[in-house]
Amino acid sequence: MKRWMSVLRTPVGLTATVLSIGVLVLAVVAPLLWTDNADAIDTDDILAGPSAQHWAGTDNLGRDIFYRTLVATRLSVELALAATVIAVVVGLLIGTAPYLLGRRPGRVVLAGTNIAVAFPGILLALFFAVIFGVGAKGAVLAIGFAGAPTFGRLTQTLVAGISSRDFVAAAHVAGVPRLRILFRHVLPNVSEPLVVNATIGAGAALLSFAGLSFLGLGVQQPAYDWGRLLFDGIGSIYVNPAAALAPGIAVLVAGLAFNLFGESVAKGLGVGVVGGIPALPPSPEALEADAPAAEQAHGSGTDLVLDVRDLEVAFPGPTGPIRPVRGVSFSVRRGEALGIVGESGSGKSLTALAVSRLVEAPGRVDAARLDLLGSDLRVEETKAQRRLLGTSLAMVFQDPMTSFNPTRRMGGQLAEGARHHQGLDRASALARAVDRMRAVRISEPERRAHQYPHEFSGGMRQRAMIGMGLMGSPALIVADEPTTALDVTVQQQVLDLLAAIRAAEDVALVLISHDVTVVGEVCDRVLVMYAGKIVEDLPAADLAATARHPYTRALVAAVPDMDTDLDAPLAVIPGRPVDPADVPAGCAFAARCPLATARCHAEEPPLEADGTGRRVACWHAGEPIDLEVDGSLLGRDEREEVEAR
Amino acid sequence: MALASSVATSPRVGVWSHPWVRFGVRRLGRLLVSLWVLVTASFLMIHLIPGDPVRAALGPTAPAALVAAKREEMGLDDPLLAQYWHYLQSLFTGDLGTSITLQLPVSQVIAQRLPATLALAFLAFAVAVAIAVPLGVTMGVRTRRGHGRRTELAFTGTSVVLGIIPDFLLGVLLVYVFAVTLGWLPVAGNDSPSAYVLPVLALAVGPAAILARIIRVEMVTVLQADFVRTARAKRLPARTVHLGHALPNALTASLTLGGLILTSMVAGTVLVENVFAWPGLGSMIVSSILNKDYQVVQAIVLVYGVGVLLVNTLVDVALALLDPRSMIRED
Repeated sequence: MKRWMSVLRTPVGLTATVLSIGVLVLAVVAPLLWTDNADAIDTDDILAGPSAQHWAGTDNLGRDIFYRTLVATRLSVELALAATVIAVVVGLLIGTAPYLLGRRPGRVVLAGTNIAVAFPGILLALFFAVIFGVGAKGAVLAIGFAGAPTFGRLTQTLVAGISSRDFVAAAHVAGVPRLRILFRHVLPNVSEPLVVNATIGAGAALLSFAGLSFLGLGVQQPAYDWGRLLFDGIGSIYVNPAAALAPGIAVLVAGLAFNLFGESVAKGLGVGVVGGIPALPPSPEALEADAPAAEQAHGSGTDLVLDVRDLEVAFPGPTGPIRPVRGVSFSVRRGEALGIVGESGSGKSLTALAVSRLVEAPGRVDAARLDLLGSDLRVEETKAQRRLLGTSLAMVFQDPMTSFNPTRRMGGQLAEGARHHQGLDRASALARAVDRMRAVRISEPERRAHQYPHEFSGGMRQRAMIGMGLMGSPALIVADEPTTALDVTVQQQVLDLLAAIRAAEDVALVLISHDVTVVGEVCDRVLVMYAGKIVEDLPAADLAATARHPYTRALVAAVPDMDTDLDAPLAVIPGRPVDPADVPAGCAFAARCPLATARCHAEEPPLEADGTGRRVACWHAGEPIDLEVDGSLLGRDEREEVEAR
Repeated sequence: MALASSVATSPRVGVWSHPWVRFGVRRLGRLLVSLWVLVTASFLMIHLIPGDPVRAALGPTAPAALVAAKREEMGLDDPLLAQYWHYLQSLFTGDLGTSITLQLPVSQVIAQRLPATLALAFLAFAVAVAIAVPLGVTMGVRTRRGHGRRTELAFTGTSVVLGIIPDFLLGVLLVYVFAVTLGWLPVAGNDSPSAYVLPVLALAVGPAAILARIIRVEMVTVLQADFVRTARAKRLPARTVHLGHALPNALTASLTLGGLILTSMVAGTVLVENVFAWPGLGSMIVSSILNKDYQVVQAIVLVYGVGVLLVNTLVDVALALLDPRSMIRED
């Protein structure tokens, strides 16, 4: 009950509740108070418009329409509730039938319900109205039966969900009769959504009833409900529009009130609504911040493909901006393979998205320099720039299963960019797509090009994604965890392919990974990111032996190799990654660092070059650590975290 | 059902292995079963009515001989199964019986009335889609990733309220404002093009509001999908990303619910026609029910039912065209 009260906390919920209660109160008191006013015949004042005496005018016998509308509340609500009760009871019978009757008869009931649900309620109501006869009683039965299939299906779904639970299974094993299980275990657990939907159903029944009465098939004179008043009123809409508007508004207010009340309760309880609008899914993990950035003052030669200085990415947070990438500088030369490693939350993926100009508002990207092939990417995107990005920069994303449009053929998806940027016609763009698919070793590319993504395996899709990047003449491939979502057996194929393309076409590669081994294997140089900053920048060959930052060393130590003692627990990095919303003062890694001293907690170490082309940000760089104690299978860890999001 | 299961058990060879063939056969099987249920229900309708439908139609004062003759003519005294068989046979030959009150073949009555209803339904459908798709897409793009919170609130609030207002009440309201008060448009009938405006609006606004809301939600979801990021990475223009990549995916999810809305629109014509004295099937069925002219009622119920089934089938086909995975999902 307490949870039901939460409805009152939203403005809509509160309004709907107050209105619903108001309608119910009116239904009780109006006939007691005003029946005489409503029935009083005033032959001097027939079909009059609104006046001080008759607020909504009078009908063809001179009766006051305002009072008649008020008094009609009771009958309208009574009939709607009666119809709802019928709908719920019959619906429960239909809905629990499959459970009680067993598989075969259950399937027949299910199929019948599914066919009935396909027909709109009003059509079913008309059908039943013919069978049950014109009049209030017939209409109640008609609307009740018309609503039953929907309830039946809802009950079926709910019961099926509950009856597969353990406690129901346990009751079965214990030999409790099905009917008893239904009443003791199943129905109590589905009552909440049923009640909520019944409330909404009552609103719908009220409106349907008004509809039937309006057609002249419901309440008959001398009785009257809102629909009947509307039916009488619309005939004289030129003479006195109020006669039609008053009951119309009453129906609308009451119907809206019940409906919105039910919806608000449903929302408050987190209950699904029949035919309702699916709830908005939680917004995607905009803050997947994981990017290392290697600040690299690499020579200013003209062979620079990508040059990044002081890159920052910020998102608005509840208490000020969150900065998952905090000042990252690096550059990539033609043909170079740069790896970026770090845990999830380190900012490595966001760095990749930022340099590719794919961070969407409300995310903000700032940089002192962000050049791709000498073109400044910080300025407003121009057509020439889109073309440059579209042809020279290839992206490979983590999950090939979701990165292709499921509704379009693969060939078309590959060809699309070329048609747009290179002005190729449909046929030649498709021919190039087929050629590129062959280049990434997809067998039977002509046939494959006509297939949809779901007909491709994961590894094949990732190769197709790489092929898509090769449609232009890429100078840089940014691959964000390109093998994480793949089977171990195909990971190597994809890495080999990337390496082969780099070698053949002299393309630069930025490879984002949580996996030190992958990066060490493919890349020339590695940036290690932690909490949105680069903490170390070193040649990949030096990773294993001479890494100097304690975090880099922990990452390397966390990888089991042939010498790892299989009986010992896997190495783990203690503590948790830093929350980008709450970066501590001093060195961000200090809390997890075995070498941390007071200075580390107070003062942030700058990223300094050591003169040999390597950079490191640590007050204790290179000091010895006993890493046997702790260390972690960071990769696993991180992957789980990514999935958990 | 029978057809569908025979396909499922047969080995997947030759033409049966083609997804479109399997889909077509299965969907056709479902349509036929639904049609059979519909026809049987409409047949049983007359027999479920308490009392004698002929007596009811002709009135309590009609001579017993006349009632008996009419019963004889309609074959109501034959065994039920024989009647059922006869009913199915007549349906296949297009014979829907004779209207007791109009003294006309029912098929002729329907042929007279159907075009007006179809015109209304199609126009309303077109208007609803023409409003809902651009509106839903625009709103989806503008409110993605938590943008435009206020726009979203205003849009959702308005569309919820508009979606709940029943079509016939909206019709009354429109008549009051545009026909009675302003006098811009005719209050009833279908004699001039301007007479279409109000009934079409009355039918279209609610479904358009609901549909636009669904499309917005779906667009917001789809715009977060990885493949939209891929499309952006290809540096396609925003229009291509939104309409070419996001929209088809948003529509597949919207279509299922949209189909329900569209079928309810078919039925919605019944009420709206009565508001505007529209000379279609909707006003006919009501007067026939009141006059107890059951053969007409039976036939019109059948026509509406077939309409609904056709819409549902078309929605499934459209779904399969938009998203080929939906064909497989049903397997």
